[in-house]
Amino acid sequence: MSIADASNAGPPLSVRLRSQLGGYGFLLPWLLGFVVLTLGPAVSSFYLSLTDFGLMGPANWVGAENYVRIASDDPRFWTAMRVTFTFVLLSVPLKLMFALAIAVALNKGLRGLTVFRAIFYLPSLVGGSVAIAVLWRQVFAGDGVLNQVLAALFGYEGPSWISNPSTSLYTLVLLAAWQFGSSMIIFLAGLRQIPQDMYEAASIDGASRSRQFFKITLPLLTPVIFFNAVILTIDAFKAFTSAFVVSDGSGGPIDTTLFYTLYLYQEAFTNFRFGYASALAWVLVVIIAIFTALSFMSAKYWVHYDD
Amino acid sequence: MTTLALKQVQKRYGAVEIIRGVDLQIGSGEFVVFVGPSGCGKSTLLRMIAGLEPISGGELAIGGARMNEKAASERGIAMVFQSYALYPHMSVYKNMSFGLETMRMPKPEIDKRVRKAAEILQITQLLERKPKQLSGGQRQRVAIGRAIVRDPKIFLFDEPLSNLDAELRVQTRVEIAKLHADIGATMIYVTHDQVEAMTLADRIVVLRAGRIEQQGSPLEIYNRPVNRFVAGFIGSPKMNFLDVSVVGRRDDGVVIGLAGADVAVPLVERVEIGATLSLGVRPEHIRANGAGGIALGTMTITHIEHLGGQTIIYGRLPDKQALIVAMEGQTLLNTGETLNVSIAPEHCHLFDAEGRRLADWAQA
Repeated sequence: MSIADASNAGPPLSVRLRSQLGGYGFLLPWLLGFVVLTLGPAVSSFYLSLTDFGLMGPANWVGAENYVRIASDDPRFWTAMRVTFTFVLLSVPLKLMFALAIAVALNKGLRGLTVFRAIFYLPSLVGGSVAIAVLWRQVFAGDGVLNQVLAALFGYEGPSWISNPSTSLYTLVLLAAWQFGSSMIIFLAGLRQIPQDMYEAASIDGASRSRQFFKITLPLLTPVIFFNAVILTIDAFKAFTSAFVVSDGSGGPIDTTLFYTLYLYQEAFTNFRFGYASALAWVLVVIIAIFTALSFMSAKYWVHYDD
Repeated sequence: MTTLALKQVQKRYGAVEIIRGVDLQIGSGEFVVFVGPSGCGKSTLLRMIAGLEPISGGELAIGGARMNEKAASERGIAMVFQSYALYPHMSVYKNMSFGLETMRMPKPEIDKRVRKAAEILQITQLLERKPKQLSGGQRQRVAIGRAIVRDPKIFLFDEPLSNLDAELRVQTRVEIAKLHADIGATMIYVTHDQVEAMTLADRIVVLRAGRIEQQGSPLEIYNRPVNRFVAGFIGSPKMNFLDVSVVGRRDDGVVIGLAGADVAVPLVERVEIGATLSLGVRPEHIRANGAGGIALGTMTITHIEHLGGQTIIYGRLPDKQALIVAMEGQTLLNTGETLNVSIAPEHCHLFDAEGRRLADWAQA
């Protein structure tokens, strides 16, 4: 290094460090939490996924054996995949549509908008909780509220929706779709960003409300739709509570609500196969990563970024 | 050919009246400019004509047919917005064809119209681009192109040049004037820029607080403003107003005291002795250093703006009244120096205490 370079390098390292100490100090609580509670477990779970660790006994190195078994010799893994993908493919679009429809309705400049916004957001706050999942079980049970209403209104004797294999998963899709609040809030913010004069220009161009929605609103909202879709997809892959509570942790009836995370949970905490469960977790990470990457690659074909 | 008529048109938001009974007739092919200070209602009036704001009272007729209840798209108008309001996700071509596609016009006809408009506006090479890839001036052209393809009976412009830089503004102004000459459509143009109003308009409509203060050709408004507001609003730098009082009466008018001298003013209207009047004189009509006319006295210079071709001199008269003088060419005067100023009566305007023009000094 030349002398000129040295003089350009600014104050010595120790002085710079001292001046930045405050910043690192403020960062420390988060950093500690991240390293101890997130990064550490993640790394150790990857290690465990390469062992046969159970609750008893030492963790023996088995290499890729867990992964090979997942891919070649685990029918419940494929069941869980099928259930989870069905759930993702149904609940995400449904939730997006609900969220967007309500956001569009709320964007009309209603009186008392903030109240409605809070009311519609409420399910998202409480919807993921155990209490609501329990309530859901009551509503869709054989003698539940839904069947009582159906009986009273139409004289229809409904089945037990949650214990019927052909409907059980769909009750969980409904429960998920009901929690559209946070996506709705983001949609609402996105709708507010669309300049009013765009719609005025379109109305002079003779575009009907629906044409304005499909030709102006939707395309201009694609960045927000994209964001919401990615977040909701990741969330849906990780869905756990509702299936656990509604099926009493079994994933039943006959594994029709065996979400991936529920299966993972059973392997770990019912069967005490922590090594295998860790491998399952890492497979889920890879699946989510692939899905997210695909979403981003597709974005350039349908997401319109302004400026 | 298309005329436009406003009859006692009103706009109210609750109890607040924004437009207070406007009557206006616009002839076919006419270029009318609405001008006025912020909040005078000029944009609101334009948006009511466009169909973007409901009309609270009165009637709007285009081509003789009542339009109050018609949707914006059924009024035969096209509008160029201040923000351009181009659809950011569509190409220039799509922006221009969107309205025509909505009308379900055959594709070949759409293509013909878009290409013709692009040719007129010299944006053919930009047709495949997105708005974000265009400069401000190019976006403005696309916005105008989107209006042209509709082949409207009436063009509406809402401060279309206010987002452009000074040079582009002048250039686009000239192009809009040329466009009007070429296609001959009726145009209504809103601006707060009086240079745009003066240069573009066949007729200027000056608005204040939701009412028309005066309408007429640019020079008519400049030369014979009907009240002190219009006199002060049109013209840059602003017209000077000096307080004068009536000191005597004559058969053909009154005598006013001006800078210590008595000046006979032939007035058609009678004014009481002792009344305070406002004498208006434009900065370019003030003569400096003994060039004749009625002497106003010696002005002390407080500020000078050298524009090159013109010099604007700000100062105060001995009685502390402020005065602005616009001199052709350049001058070596400095702040603190004095200047003898006088006025020619034929260029003066007299307004009464309510601001109404008194008829009439020069021509009476």
